[in-house]
Amino acid sequence: MDLAAVFTLEILYSIAVLVLISAGLAVVFGMMRVINLAHGEFMMMGGYATIIAVQAGINVYIAMLIVAPLVVGVIGLVVERLVIRFLYGRLVDTMLATWGLSLAFTGAAVMIFGNTTTGVSTPISGFTLGAYQINGYNFFIIVVSILLLVAAYAILRGTRLGLVARGTMQSADMAAALGYSPDRVYMSTFFVGSALAGLAGGVLAPLVGLVPTWGSAYIAKAFITVISGGASIVLGLLSSATVFGLVSQTFTFLSGPVIGEVALLVAAIVLLRLLPQGITGRFFKGRL
Amino acid sequence: MEAIRLRDAAWVVLAGIVLMFVAPLVLNYYTLTLLVIYGLLALSLGLIWGFGGILCFGQAAFYGLGAYAYAVSAANIGESTVPMLIAIAVPFVFAFLLGAMMFYGRLTDVYMGVITLVVTLIFFRFMNTTAGPEYQIGQARLGGYNGMPGYQTLNVPGDPSAYIYDSSLYYVSFVILLLVYVLVRLLLASPFGRIAVAIRENENRVELMGYDARFRKSVLFAIGGGIAGLAGALYASWAEIVTPGLFSLGQSAEIIIWCIVGGLGTLVGPVLGAAVLGYLKFALGQQTAVDNVLIMGLILVVVVLVLPRGVVPSLMSAFAGTSRRNRPNAARRGRRGRGRTDG
Repeated sequence: MDLAAVFTLEILYSIAVLVLISAGLAVVFGMMRVINLAHGEFMMMGGYATIIAVQAGINVYIAMLIVAPLVVGVIGLVVERLVIRFLYGRLVDTMLATWGLSLAFTGAAVMIFGNTTTGVSTPISGFTLGAYQINGYNFFIIVVSILLLVAAYAILRGTRLGLVARGTMQSADMAAALGYSPDRVYMSTFFVGSALAGLAGGVLAPLVGLVPTWGSAYIAKAFITVISGGASIVLGLLSSATVFGLVSQTFTFLSGPVIGEVALLVAAIVLLRLLPQGITGRFFKGRL
Repeated sequence: MEAIRLRDAAWVVLAGIVLMFVAPLVLNYYTLTLLVIYGLLALSLGLIWGFGGILCFGQAAFYGLGAYAYAVSAANIGESTVPMLIAIAVPFVFAFLLGAMMFYGRLTDVYMGVITLVVTLIFFRFMNTTAGPEYQIGQARLGGYNGMPGYQTLNVPGDPSAYIYDSSLYYVSFVILLLVYVLVRLLLASPFGRIAVAIRENENRVELMGYDARFRKSVLFAIGGGIAGLAGALYASWAEIVTPGLFSLGQSAEIIIWCIVGGLGTLVGPVLGAAVLGYLKFALGQQTAVDNVLIMGLILVVVVLVLPRGVVPSLMSAFAGTSRRNRPNAARRGRRGRGRTDG
């Protein structure tokens, strides 16, 4: 019984992490058809922003939930103005340019922070469930992910901002004709996407030792989750994260973390082969 | 048209031969050999991406596969001729199967990119775990994270004690590069190559003419894989150790950067891009003021923004003006693929 509970929790946790690390990328891809391969480095910067803020004496929750998204959002805004906006509509070129950015950010972080590991301690302590030790912080990550999905759905569905965003997403020309500047919508979308990356970095920072190359560990997974999910932001993210979370955690449970990761990657290949437009390109088409 | 391009190719080979003898005056053989191997690797991606329009984010998979195939078979056989052939054959077959899976599934640009990237990652993760004694193929222990040293390096065919190393390895690699270049040029001049370019330009139209684009793309992809495997085998011989790092994300990124900077739609561009950037990385590695990853990243961003066709095609059209070589946007179209967002 305890084992089942632990196992369920682990699966939920791994789905939550996938949602968290992919959310920013999904927003940008779903809205703008832009793949930001510097996403992992945005997370890395969010992590550093959190750690620096905590060291400066700011409360750890404020640091990771507010400071990190803001800092990275602003960096994203600068990146969008300097690079991305020249490449709209050129999917592959955007990927290459952002890959270049990711290398540049990694290099810059090495120069600023050095190749040493830094970190903050986890603010929530663990507890025991039957014979098993559970990391309490996992609950926090699950809660953050759920809130994130609910908020994204509510904003896109319920607010005027969301309506404009969805309109631009479906037809940028039409939105422009109705008087909304796609340029501004894209700019704000990229800001939101970067801020979400910053949030992910901030929230995950206490779990790991942060190094400048940290982002590259996540980018592939985030990229795979978003592409496999397809164009719909919320449903796509949720469905692919669920599939991959289940697969990887099950195999991790059966035979270790490396096999779990390989299983995730193999599942991605099979999924993309069968559903080349992603899950929501086939099912739930046109939903959020 | 094709005759003219083959004549250009002859000039390129001639220039290459001159360069082969001039370069050692400037740099040592050890570094030069690596640059030549990089050139060969870039050529493999330049072929499938620039001429086939196949965006492969994981060319490193075939490179690493070639290196490992060589190392494992050389450790078992103790002679380098057969392992060299195996190192070409294994990535060739693997690339063909992978390509067939993707092309028959009608996957296009980003999705293809993701799959090839994922395959590279799988190799990377898997090879990192092969430290235990159970991962042994014949005499060869894969060695996990630490890699696999101690296999027979390149030797004169038939004589395992006559090692080819240092200056001779450099000349052998360079001659192989030139040979592969000529073969690829001939391939592109053949009906197969011309249809490959036609597929890049408009796949539907080629299929309506009755050609099987999926099969042809798979073959082209496999040829690229085989060339990358050959580069991997030469690398294995040069470095005398193969490590999972061959499959890393960074390695994949570098190959793409070489091709972009050098220029797609040409064969010389990627090779030069690889040699120049490879040297630049080496030179930057000598100093500590600026991180070399930072520079590589910035170069990639700037080239994508300012010279979307790459350095060599831009230079060519600048010099040639409106002459015969002015093929508008061919390179860029190949790079952009046929994504639905193209506009």
